[in-house]
Amino acid sequence: MATRGAKQIERSRSSAHEGFLQHRNHRWLKIALGLSIAALIVYLGVDVEPRHNGGSWYGYTLGTIGALLILWLTMLGVRKRAMTRGYFSLKAWTSAHVYLGLSLIVIATLHTGFQLGWNVHTLAYVLMMIVILSGIYGIIAYSTLPEALSDNRSEMTRSQMIETIAKLDRQIDIAAQLLEDTEIVRSSLKENPFRAGIFARLSGSDRNCRNARALQDMRARLATATGEQEDAIRAVVQLLERKAAALARIRRQLKIKARLEVWLFIHVPTTFALIAALSVHILSVFYYW
Amino acid sequence: MSEQKVRIAIVGSGPAGLSAAARAKQLGISHLLIEKSDHLSDTIYKYQKGKHVMATPVQLPRRSDMKFDAGKREAVLGLWDDLAAEFAIDALINAEVLSITGQDGDFVLKVKGAANRWQRPDKPGEPHGPNVAGAGSDQVQEIRAEKVILAIGTQGNPNRMRVPGGDLPHVQYQLDDPNAYDNEHITVVGAGDAGIENALGLLEDPKLDNVVTILNRTADFSRAKGPNVQAMFAARDEGRLTVMPETTPALVENGWLTVETRDGPQRFRCDRIIARMGSAPPRAFVEGCCATFIEQEDPDGGKPKKVIKPGTGIEFSSPDREAYPKLSPQFESTVPGIFVVGALAGYPLIKHCMNQGYDVVEFINGNTSLEPVDTPLLAAKFSALPGRRSVDEWLEFLRENVIILNGVSPLQMREFMLDSDVRFYRAGDTVFERNEPGSSLFAIASGSVLVEVDPRDRSITVPIETGSIFGEVGLISGRPRGATVRAAEDAIIVEVSRLSALKLMAAVPAAKEAVTRISVERQLLQIFKSGLTSADLADVLDDYKIVRVRAGEAIINEGEEGYDVFVIRVGSMVVERTVAGRPVFLSYLPAGSYVGEMALLDGGRRTATVRAAIKSEVIRLNGDKMRALLARNARLRERFETDMANRQRLNSFIEAKKESFSGAVDLYSSVATFLVEQGIGDATDVLLIDEKLCVGCDNCEKACADSHDGLSRLNREAGKTYAHLHVPTSCRHCEHPHCMADCPPNAIHRGPDGEVFIDDSCIGCGNCQRNCPYGVIRMEMVPPKKPNLLSWLFFGRGPGPGEPSQKWAKANLPLTGDEKKDAELTKKRAIKCDMCSGIPGGPACVRACPTGAAIRVKPEEFLTVARLEA
Ligand SMILES: Cc1cc2nc3c(=O)[nH]c(=O)nc-3n(C[C@H](O)[C@H](O)[C@H](O)COP(=O)(O)OP(=O)(O)OC[C@H]3O[C@@H](n4cnc5c(N)ncnc54)[C@H](O)[C@@H]3O)c2cc1C
Ligand code: HEM
Ligand code: SF4
Ligand code: SF4
Ligand code: SF4
Repeated sequence: MATRGAKQIERSRSSAHEGFLQHRNHRWLKIALGLSIAALIVYLGVDVEPRHNGGSWYGYTLGTIGALLILWLTMLGVRKRAMTRGYFSLKAWTSAHVYLGLSLIVIATLHTGFQLGWNVHTLAYVLMMIVILSGIYGIIAYSTLPEALSDNRSEMTRSQMIETIAKLDRQIDIAAQLLEDTEIVRSSLKENPFRAGIFARLSGSDRNCRNARALQDMRARLATATGEQEDAIRAVVQLLERKAAALARIRRQLKIKARLEVWLFIHVPTTFALIAALSVHILSVFYYW
Repeated sequence: MSEQKVRIAIVGSGPAGLSAAARAKQLGISHLLIEKSDHLSDTIYKYQKGKHVMATPVQLPRRSDMKFDAGKREAVLGLWDDLAAEFAIDALINAEVLSITGQDGDFVLKVKGAANRWQRPDKPGEPHGPNVAGAGSDQVQEIRAEKVILAIGTQGNPNRMRVPGGDLPHVQYQLDDPNAYDNEHITVVGAGDAGIENALGLLEDPKLDNVVTILNRTADFSRAKGPNVQAMFAARDEGRLTVMPETTPALVENGWLTVETRDGPQRFRCDRIIARMGSAPPRAFVEGCCATFIEQEDPDGGKPKKVIKPGTGIEFSSPDREAYPKLSPQFESTVPGIFVVGALAGYPLIKHCMNQGYDVVEFINGNTSLEPVDTPLLAAKFSALPGRRSVDEWLEFLRENVIILNGVSPLQMREFMLDSDVRFYRAGDTVFERNEPGSSLFAIASGSVLVEVDPRDRSITVPIETGSIFGEVGLISGRPRGATVRAAEDAIIVEVSRLSALKLMAAVPAAKEAVTRISVERQLLQIFKSGLTSADLADVLDDYKIVRVRAGEAIINEGEEGYDVFVIRVGSMVVERTVAGRPVFLSYLPAGSYVGEMALLDGGRRTATVRAAIKSEVIRLNGDKMRALLARNARLRERFETDMANRQRLNSFIEAKKESFSGAVDLYSSVATFLVEQGIGDATDVLLIDEKLCVGCDNCEKACADSHDGLSRLNREAGKTYAHLHVPTSCRHCEHPHCMADCPPNAIHRGPDGEVFIDDSCIGCGNCQRNCPYGVIRMEMVPPKKPNLLSWLFFGRGPGPGEPSQKWAKANLPLTGDEKKDAELTKKRAIKCDMCSGIPGGPACVRACPTGAAIRVKPEEFLTVARLEA
């Protein structure tokens, strides 16, 4: 019965339906704000001799909080992949991750006491800020792009998109048999929108698209062709146009997906660099201070 | 065949018929097994190649001379061929029994076809070539027998092409392997599901160059499932398939087909015809056995029809489609001397069929002391009951005491009890608790129970006496229990699963009537509450109607007169009202709600339209009688008035909103309509994705796979979307699960949290997949266990989170080389969402969504105007 009770609560909450940023009426935003303001008040209120830095009792406290937070934030990568049983939701984790991650800006900055320089300590700080900035890009992407992703696919699944191309390819292959010169048309069959570099993906560009070239070529030929060839070319052009539209849809899909994911390629590796730098920072503090 | 007479003619060589023939042979009884196809056991022969045949129920012992173990189709058929040859069973193939006449001791079977003596084929399970010599022969002969065993199963006969040339060898009624033909012009006749699936199957492999045409008699394709029709039109639009509606075949010639179209005849190339024009269930044939036919005037003045004279022929228990022939405990039908066994007798599993084949021959042979093979199983069920009774005595005790079982035959009683449980409760023991989900029906064989109708005060109870039933609301509507029930004194209570209760009601009309009346009465008491008693309702119940409503059909129209009250018994309804010239969605009413009280109370016209969201059933209560009831019962009147006030408030809220936020109301209304179109009215719990939040990470699918045997039970991308609200392909845990309808081992159940799930007894027959209108069931092999997450994170071992690729799964199967164990490992079974029952924390798909896009909701919670306020 207890399980049922809990489920019912989760249910009424989920039908109320908040996204991760609003989760539970901005609970983690409030906690993170509270944490940051408290840190700031203490910073301004207490008098640390000779001046604020990481080595004071206050600095140690914030440093410990910050380091633990970073480790916990990193655990999101594990949590996301380990669907264990239990009363957690990844939405709540992400919500906490975002707001506590942002609170690090305050906590870590106050921890440094604004003493920055060209050393491993500052390296850790900078890496952290890179992670955070990429994270900020991430939530902007997460809150602006999904709608476009949904609109662009208009109820089609990935395999249906691939299937559409395959079907058009079969028809192009047959239609091309009537042409005098089939080389360029057949090269369209080799076009694979999934084999694109990261920049091509991000821009959704089709500059080297073999289908586009075939289409251009065929349109040009259509202008001069006559008789049976004209009919044959027209049929091919129509098919190539349909394929161009289908390819464009896939490329847009890949573009939006890439924009939703690309920042993680900075966020995650930098996290590991950050943890490495952080370890050196902590070790060196204990050995050489 | 010489004019010789056999003692027993056995019609149909499935597991039941074969087993009967084998027993007859062992007993030295002269017999003849008569099979219409060109091989033994056609139903199993038609399973797809390589199918794993299951031997369930496991606990049931097998009593037959034929052997049978779970294994591949080919192995089972091979074993049966071997044994049939070893026993030297007398069998004819290519011999279809057209009719049976005569009487006990002297039956005449009219048989059509070449009637070849059966011999062991070289390769069991392979076609004997396109057609064995004379298979299509029209030759008819008579066979005489003293007794007849009907074991023809329930598959029926495919409807045949009745046009000139329709019997040519290139006309076939089945497509075993769509990839077997290349470079042919193929015409599929009939655009039902089977025809469309065959046509699409023929197009599947692009390397095969077939020209495929599909014909349909009418202009609409309503016989087939939506997705099939869509796929067919898509193939047509791509120029891969020719679809010809309003077309019928007229003449078949070698290489050519002439068809009749709306615009006259057409002749085109055709090397092969696949006729899928449905099949006629064998009922008419069975009913006609030894029947007297009389002419009956057509009331519309047409030609007089030949009908069966009542009381002759083999009688069925009721006109319902699910009904079976009436049988004695010895399987004898209402025509003495004709026995019915196997699937046709209502036993759909191979083991049952084989046991009955054995038993029936023993009975015919005069063995009266044969204990049914299920006696030990029943004895175990009764062992915990007080009082020493034999199995037969217990069966009789239950049958006599429980009203709905009074009309049940002893044979039905045994089968019924195998599927049911009987328990002893001490006074005060709980039978079930309020809000517990459950769909079973309870019947009191002795003692009585108390229903605690008021959750706040346990002392307010309603008694239910010996012989009556309870729990029937769950049976009808699949909703959780409405009240706690305890034993009032020591009691013996039978719990009947939903499926066997439905079967019982189909087979025994008296049981159906009893259950319906009691359930309507109780449902009304429960919905109206207000301290009503059954005595109060007696008057109203003298005049109620159960009305079936098609999806979209209205039971109440805005503006019309009338004040009858409707109670939704099955299905669900939506309430709409025209505001500023446009219909606005007001609310969603799940089963167990009532409507129509407004006009009843205020005497005005109807203020809103109520239409069925899905196929539904309502109880229509006479308005005058309801008014009289309200006049007598002030509390009920009060309750109706409060409900009316609430609904009026809702109406005016919508109207007010409509003026200020007409955009929001339109959006709400159209989203609700979209969801209803998606069949949400069937659902008790549905997965939705807010595509304004979904980043397409597929973590939901991965989490589902990782918490369920490595197979995802949802397809995020598939499904319809409206205003960025997406209904992915995932089980909706229907109010009345269509998937349960036809599961041979009865493996689909509703669990404690309302989830519909499939247990391990699934035999992989695929019926549920075909029956689910939402396409959420997959037939899959369970992949092997993956290495754990950490070893993937650090060492890259295994395929990582989510469903592993089929390639990885196949490559990593821990095959043993032992055929039986490997068959277990590689067998496909039905896979569907179980709502993560038993997983603390609830649905993994929802918990794993990083952005909160995925939610699981109950339709009535989601489709409320309360959402407008947010
Ligand atoms: C796809 C599928 C998968 C299944 N999987 C399993 C499983 O794994 N395990 C299991 O236990 N059960 C399974 N079942 C159920 C099982 O196959 C049937 O219940 C069983 O075969 C019924 O046996 P039967 O002897 O009563 O009739 P059938 O096996 O149907 O045999 C009837 C025979 O009678 C012949 N016949 C019909 N009419 C005439 C006539 N007029 N004259 C002469 N001959 C006639 C038919 O050609 C046929 O050979 C499955 C069913 C299906 C459809
Ligand atoms: C030092 C601080 C931070 C660390 C160490 C950190 C680390 C991580 C890690 C390891 C992941 C898992 C990525 C994956 O496995 O896919 C992640 C995901 C994420 N992070 Fe951070 N992060 C930090 C700060 C932030 C901040 C400040 C934000 C937002 C403003 C943010 C937003 C996100 C988001 C949106 C995700 C993706 C969640 C998902 O899609 O599952 N992070 N972070
Ligand atoms: S499998 Fe299909 S029919 Fe069965 S409950 Fe789920 S959605 Fe309904
Ligand atoms: S509720 Fe559970 S089983 Fe159902 S789709 Fe979600 S994760 Fe899969
Ligand atoms: S987990 Fe959530 S965001 Fe990711 S694909 Fe599923 S619904 Fe979309």
